[in-house]
Amino acid sequence: METINLEDLFEAKLAKNEMIEPKDWMPENYRKHLIRQISQHAHSEIVGMLPEGNWITRAPSLRAKLILLAKVQDEGGHGLYLYTAAESLGITREEMLDALLTGKAKYSSIFNYPTLSWADVGAIGWLVDGAAIMNQVMLQRSSYGPYSRAMVRICKEESFHQRQGYEIMTQLSFGTSEQKEMAQDALNRWWYPTLMMFGPPDVESPNSENAIKWRIKRETNDQLRQRFINQTAVQVEFLGLVAPDKNLKWNEKKQGYDYSDPDWNEFKSVIKGNGICNKDRLLSRNNSHRNGEWVREAAIAYGKKQEQKQEQESKAA
Amino acid sequence: MIDSLYNYTLRLGDTSLILAQRLSEWTGHGPFLEEDLALTNIALDIFGRAKGLLEYAAKKEGKGRTEDDLAFFRSDREFYNLLITEQPNGDYAKTMIRQSIIDCFDLLFYTELAKSKDLTLAGIASKSVKEIAYHKRHSFSWVVRFGNGTEESFSRLQKGLNEIWAYSGELFEMNEDDHNLIKEGIAVDLDSLKQKWESEIQELFKKANLSIPETLFMQQGSRKALHSEHLGYILAEMQSIPRMHPNAKW
Repeated sequence: METINLEDLFEAKLAKNEMIEPKDWMPENYRKHLIRQISQHAHSEIVGMLPEGNWITRAPSLRAKLILLAKVQDEGGHGLYLYTAAESLGITREEMLDALLTGKAKYSSIFNYPTLSWADVGAIGWLVDGAAIMNQVMLQRSSYGPYSRAMVRICKEESFHQRQGYEIMTQLSFGTSEQKEMAQDALNRWWYPTLMMFGPPDVESPNSENAIKWRIKRETNDQLRQRFINQTAVQVEFLGLVAPDKNLKWNEKKQGYDYSDPDWNEFKSVIKGNGICNKDRLLSRNNSHRNGEWVREAAIAYGKKQEQKQEQESKAA
Repeated sequence: MIDSLYNYTLRLGDTSLILAQRLSEWTGHGPFLEEDLALTNIALDIFGRAKGLLEYAAKKEGKGRTEDDLAFFRSDREFYNLLITEQPNGDYAKTMIRQSIIDCFDLLFYTELAKSKDLTLAGIASKSVKEIAYHKRHSFSWVVRFGNGTEESFSRLQKGLNEIWAYSGELFEMNEDDHNLIKEGIAVDLDSLKQKWESEIQELFKKANLSIPETLFMQQGSRKALHSEHLGYILAEMQSIPRMHPNAKW
């Protein structure tokens, strides 16, 4: 009987738009769903440091270098808040990290695409962070308190990232002909992978229904994707670039753009591990972790020695 | 005098730029997330300082060049960064021991430079002092931790020191530019910092159980833009895009 009451209480909170907090009772599936979603999000931030990090040492101006470095640092910071939010649901950082490093946990598939030119840094900020913001703005109103609060902070920084990405695209699109070509090539390569970021079409999305019911998510994959396209198509035009989709056209009747579906077979294939960078990204994370092992051990050993020293000193006193 | 001020500022800017470039190689690859963020933050501070110094150098040169022209369109025989900054990062112990040697010097140096009669240099320096005080706390605490952590961390630290020590002498090298500017109350007399630096570094090494390598030969060359082979690769990477598109703006 008691469980039913708790569940009623949980449902009542959701119905009243109240936040669920770490100490509140929650259904096991709700907890599992959140752990999966938040830890995947955290992993995406950490792995997401790599494709852009690839250009830090080659950023073409000192200003660009400072901005990019700050941006990659922000992403690491986002990873940190999100790991902490997930920990409030009863999983440890080591468990999450282990799942990432052994390839058990997923992260956003977009980071398995390579960054081949400086324009990709612009395209990632503009498109990838732009798409992420669409998702994240909605998640600021997510029903789980720590997640929602982490997202408020993250969104502020992400919108700065998107602006800097768009600034790079503007510079390139109105720059020399080589720069414009670079921008167009980046758009061609990032357009569809970005559209895939919203997840499979609603009819095929296995996790969406519960997420909406529990108010973890508030809009469906297709709704978000449409909104992103409506916003981005105008920017593509402003930049004088062409989206790699002949069917991209304003539809007066639906008050939105028509567009071609991404190749969902490619999506599935990259998720399965066939992207050109899947192995490299995981290898890179594993190498850093392994190379850092003696550093972490030394820090722990030193901490213990200090504790012992303090104990001895306090005994002596 | 203007030439000396240009040379002096350029040397400081180059040293910051190459050090930050090296440190930023760690971003995304740190030993754990918090440390990745901390080191990236330090790299950001030092890039910021480099930008300010090179901007001022370009202004003093008066040939219409910008800080980016100086950073991206000079060859290794025109770079004056200290040799210690271009040495490879190695493992985290080597990076931290290198950083502690530099931070210790920089805190003393920029504290003095903040009193310079050149107000731009003084301004850049006084902003940097606050940052460097934090960098020094960070690197010193890692050196002590490694020196007293595990056998492995200690032996890595000592190895790192053995590799980097011969590049520490150059920190105190002065030339005509220094002497010209010291007379004007603009530059810092490096001789006046040496004793303090030595005693602080010795105290740190003692806390970390380190012994100073026996070979006392000190490498030199950066004052004449003569470098180790490492700088060429750093510049090849750093300058590749602007060099490929010399007419583009970024």
